[in-house]
Amino acid sequence: MAERKFAWAPRAENVLIGKEIARIDAAEKATGRAKYTSDINTPGTLVARLLTCKHAHAKVTKLDLDAVKNMPGVKAVHAFKKVGDPIRWEGDVIAAVAAERVGQADDAIKAIPIEYEVLAHWVDEDDLKGAEAADANLAAADKRITAARPTTRGDVEAALKTAKVVHKGHYGIATISHMCLEPHGTHCEWKEGNLDVHHSTQNVSGTAGQFAQGVGIEEAKVTVTADFEGGGFGSKFAADEWGVACAKMSKEAGKPVRLMFDRATELKTPGTRPSAFMDVTIAADAEGKIIAWDSHHWGTSGPQGGGVNAAVIPYVFTEVPNKKVSQTSIKCNTGPNRAWRAPNHPQACALTQTAMDDVAAKLGMDSYDFFLKNLALVAPPGNAQAAYRAGIYADEMKVAAKEIDWKAKWHPHGKGEKGPVKRGLGMGFHTWGGGAGASTGTLKLNQDGSAEAIIGSQDIGTGTRTVIAQTIAETFGIPMASVKVTLGSNKYPKANASGGSTTVGSVTGLYRRASQTALWQIFDKVKEKYTLATADNLAAKGGNILNGNDKVCTWQQAVALLGPMGLSTTGTGGGMTNGDGLTSAQVGGVQMVDVSVDTETGLIRINKFVCVQDCGLIVNELTAKSQVLGALIMGIAFALTEERIMDNATGRYINADLENYKLPRIGDIGTLKVIMYQPDSEYARGVIGLGEPPVIAPGAAISNAVANATGVRVPVLPLTPKRVLDALKGGQLS
Amino acid sequence: MINFEYASPHSEAEAVELLNSHGGNTAVLAGGTDLYNLLKADVIAPQRVVDIKNVSSMRGTTDVADGLLVGSLTTLDELLANPQLRAYRSLVQVAEAVHSIQVQAMGTLGGDLCHLPNCWYYRNGYGLLGQQNGRSLVVDGQNQFHAILGNRGPAMFVSASRFAPALIAWGAKARIVGPAPDQVALVPLEYFFVSPKNDHQGVTVLQPGQLLTHIWLPHAEETLSASYEVLQLEGLDWPLASAAVCVESSAGIVRDARVVLGHVAPTPWVAADAGESLVGYEITEASAQAAGDAAVARATPLSENGYKVQIARTAVKRALLRAVGQLEGGL
Repeated sequence: MAERKFAWAPRAENVLIGKEIARIDAAEKATGRAKYTSDINTPGTLVARLLTCKHAHAKVTKLDLDAVKNMPGVKAVHAFKKVGDPIRWEGDVIAAVAAERVGQADDAIKAIPIEYEVLAHWVDEDDLKGAEAADANLAAADKRITAARPTTRGDVEAALKTAKVVHKGHYGIATISHMCLEPHGTHCEWKEGNLDVHHSTQNVSGTAGQFAQGVGIEEAKVTVTADFEGGGFGSKFAADEWGVACAKMSKEAGKPVRLMFDRATELKTPGTRPSAFMDVTIAADAEGKIIAWDSHHWGTSGPQGGGVNAAVIPYVFTEVPNKKVSQTSIKCNTGPNRAWRAPNHPQACALTQTAMDDVAAKLGMDSYDFFLKNLALVAPPGNAQAAYRAGIYADEMKVAAKEIDWKAKWHPHGKGEKGPVKRGLGMGFHTWGGGAGASTGTLKLNQDGSAEAIIGSQDIGTGTRTVIAQTIAETFGIPMASVKVTLGSNKYPKANASGGSTTVGSVTGLYRRASQTALWQIFDKVKEKYTLATADNLAAKGGNILNGNDKVCTWQQAVALLGPMGLSTTGTGGGMTNGDGLTSAQVGGVQMVDVSVDTETGLIRINKFVCVQDCGLIVNELTAKSQVLGALIMGIAFALTEERIMDNATGRYINADLENYKLPRIGDIGTLKVIMYQPDSEYARGVIGLGEPPVIAPGAAISNAVANATGVRVPVLPLTPKRVLDALKGGQLS
Repeated sequence: MINFEYASPHSEAEAVELLNSHGGNTAVLAGGTDLYNLLKADVIAPQRVVDIKNVSSMRGTTDVADGLLVGSLTTLDELLANPQLRAYRSLVQVAEAVHSIQVQAMGTLGGDLCHLPNCWYYRNGYGLLGQQNGRSLVVDGQNQFHAILGNRGPAMFVSASRFAPALIAWGAKARIVGPAPDQVALVPLEYFFVSPKNDHQGVTVLQPGQLLTHIWLPHAEETLSASYEVLQLEGLDWPLASAAVCVESSAGIVRDARVVLGHVAPTPWVAADAGESLVGYEITEASAQAAGDAAVARATPLSENGYKVQIARTAVKRALLRAVGQLEGGL
């Protein structure tokens, strides 16, 4: 018998894998039959509301929840803070109340006697000099600023002396909130000492323990369910203190409790993507190759300081021979950070590649030629894998350039139309891992030929059920309708959190293994039953078992050979550890965008946005493209409109509502074109996650297009009319 | 939200009577697109909310001897569908630019004129003047959307009304009933708006117990009109600045032009200089640009909103060019 190996089928044989297939739960989602956490309303459910702090920096001096316990409808209260506790940002949670009706909960929240000692705050994350000046008056323990030791390579000073051009610039990108369609929230209900939780989470298997610990019971007594989720983007991995509070209030009240954030709380409280600012000096030689990079970074992750990890600077083009990168952290009285779709990368990409594009302008080079020349910097010299990645980028550049008509439409920065509306092109590059996460899933094969997948994974809106069903149906040669996928509960086999773009590789890899394992058992039964010389030539296709080209029996007949029990197999997936090549890591892409800028109003419109994206073996081209489209729209948002605005005097997140926290609508996004880069060499790499990477480069690409259109760099994202007009007033590039 | 009484009158007289109680701490509910937000955020706390949607006399349009009476309860959808209003191009353009279908369906003309400021200091509980401990938060704060004209008094928010600039350019008047049910006044809309000196003064001349029932418009006749709003987003968004114009001309030469800016001052801003600069000239790119310059010549931008001067200038230029069918380009 030939050795049996886990592998994907030859590409040409696939019936489902790689095709454009609508989500199997699309109708449920579109019709509202799909139940999200915010829909859970079991009989007697109480509604909980939060009291959050309106001060950016304060100490609680009075807090009396007993005063509201007997208010109409109030059934439970919870204190997150006690007298003496410090508050370090507006929106930090103080207390919660659960009541029969939302108005009663609101009334009780307002009636809570609370007083603060208000302390001096600092919320201006961009103003490093101001923060330094303010620090001078603070005691050592209270100082906000920490400078990290710079990382260096080569000799920057020497390289600057030999350079053809030296560019100095300031760049930045604002803090944003996650803006999940479904806000953070939890529904808790106790049943005979067991806790039932519906939780809007990216981490069904991983949060039960946090609830259990929070309420002091064994994890086995906690059920966490999330059948559907309205977005997480990195902000929903934990039970969170408010989730645990929901469980505690439910216990206290003896009734189910639902705690969903309102929009203002959603914007302020669960965390944000940190801002990043940079002063940089870049040197390039006469050919346009970057020979030196010296950057100083600052920004904040809120009260704990931190900020964007400058280790990924310069982004993608990391291997600048002479480099110095230093970083200063500012502790701000602003909301803390949380992972936001490709943490660090969107900011690093925007800072790096806008500055690089300004070097191209200074050299008088076409940005295309400049970035192509510098692809040599994507990995250390002599590294074959690096050469491979540079080659993919070069290929992707060609495809994107053709689609956007770069050669015909590009003009030197600021040298386009004469009228007030100027058109320009820009590009950006991104990279990401996307390796499979560690998970286990069960596969049940029933006597009637139907299959069931049961796994403690989750669908965060991206099609987890669909890709699992495709994988199993493809392997067994049966219709997807014959596969039922059950996920979204910690009672199922443990699966990893949907973060880091790890889910699709994890679940498709493990279900390919589980399905192949089952199929081989069936093949052995078929060989025995039909007295074949070997099972090596058997295949499951089109609802039949084939021996070479000859039909042996139907799929149902083959499965019936297992007897009434059918069979059950388990698949595991996890990183590179499987080593069977079903999954791998490292994806990238090139984005090019065509914009128009109204130089009299500062308005920007996206005309066309092209993304050429590689991600190994594509399981479902429709959901893959959807993922990229969503990322481009999210990228347009943070490039053009979306930002947290802090008010220095009050220390408050002043635009925490959907009128002033501006998001693009369909009319603002232009024509989006997604091209999945998929030569056979990509298929051979196996499945790689795609969730995060395409959201990385829009900031750089759009900013570069605006600079190309106007001849002026708008240094800080988002590119609001104010920033555009202020920059236009400020002067020309190079 | 604080609990309140709810009243649902069927006549203007009944409405005025219901409004004229609780020391005037009452609120009018029309489409609710502004009031509900204010109530939910506890920015206002009326003791009684008077829902006027059943006051049928305040709906639709009525021909009167010297013009047209438009009921305050006319929704944006109704405005767009009403053939009698089609000649008032600038009004139609504003209604079309309110891209939210929900607001078009529910929002009313009177509600727009009485819309309270969108200033984020006001909406976050710092009063109409945006003050904390007696100091303006606006002056050194996040004032990028605040006033560039008429901002030397304590009020620095911008008037939120989308329709007021166009209506004022048309010479519209506000029909106000109350406080006594038989008291009726017709006030030029230009004088309907006030820049408050304190947090309690409000943004219009309406006193407790008064109701804006109708807008009077002159016959449209040969007047050319247009509005131009600079909106960052295609969806629901507020203009960064806007301009509305009405132009009377003979053989292309301007006899009279009225230019009114929106979202640049605590009230709609009549740019008399801009209008006068056009008299005796054709409207061309150059004369429209000069009118734009004149409109903002006396602007006093705050620390963060100098860019709005350029936007207001452009809005005036483009509104004029649009009125004479010469607008090209622009996003």
